[in-house]
Amino acid sequence: MSGQPGDAPHDTRGYYRRMQSAVEELLILKGLVTREDIARQVEAMDRRDYRRGARLVARAWVDPGYKARLLENGSAAATELGLEIGPLRLIVVENTPGVHNMIVCTLCSCYPRMLLGIPPEWYKSRAYRSRAVREPRAVLAEFGTALPDDVVIRVHDSTADMRYMVLPLRPRGTDGWDEARLAGLVTRDSLIGVARLPDLS
Amino acid sequence: MARREAVPPRFAAGDRVRVRRADPPGHVRTPWYCRGRVGTIERLCGAFPNPEELAYNRSGLPAQPLYRVRFAATELWPDYREHPGDAVEIEIYQHWLEAAP
Repeated sequence: MSGQPGDAPHDTRGYYRRMQSAVEELLILKGLVTREDIARQVEAMDRRDYRRGARLVARAWVDPGYKARLLENGSAAATELGLEIGPLRLIVVENTPGVHNMIVCTLCSCYPRMLLGIPPEWYKSRAYRSRAVREPRAVLAEFGTALPDDVVIRVHDSTADMRYMVLPLRPRGTDGWDEARLAGLVTRDSLIGVARLPDLS
Repeated sequence: MARREAVPPRFAAGDRVRVRRADPPGHVRTPWYCRGRVGTIERLCGAFPNPEELAYNRSGLPAQPLYRVRFAATELWPDYREHPGDAVEIEIYQHWLEAAP
């Protein structure tokens, strides 16, 4: 009913965005949260990105004891590095010369946000969510990732309470590198498992 | 997370299990594509309140054991051709699982 005198401008935000605003306004009106609380959480979310995950990976590459703890209990190992991860229950899956791991959530878009930040748009797309479990090698190929025949894929569907991160293989040609330099090699996509890290030599 | 109100686990790593072929109404976190399929318990993740109850603002207790179950891709998709060794691991609550021969 746009165009009538006195009408509010037509709201083009879509159903869920409008519902989100309505719930947010209600929570504030009822005094359950403040605008400042919400702004603080949004800023905290924006500050987190995959470099937190890269720190765990680099430490695991240089310290076999840490790597064992990371694979045994990802959440405890993240906390050990001083990362605040809230209620995240983290499982780290290790790539080996014979196994490549890849993460998806077919039901919605579960993602270890406390560690990797906001997920990329494609991770939430219906195409990725449905195809990652059905034809993972075809999906990897579209990311430019080719797996040799002697490597099997394990796709991890984050359907419930755990969240997943891939521990990529350490690139060859990085002997003697320190942790900070190694962490700089780690990409977001390698932590989701749609990319592999190139060897340097 | 230790919960007093938890169902004891019935399965251990290595056990073969079949996902119930059920279609209950409401919020369910067992993907359709694994129902009726046979896999192997990879690990027990702990016990968690049942999301099918939590979704309706109930307690979800007693907590249900949650497992990661590994399925061969060829078991999930009989026409899977990419690689015979590929697998998918899915988190499934115990009340969806039954022992498989």
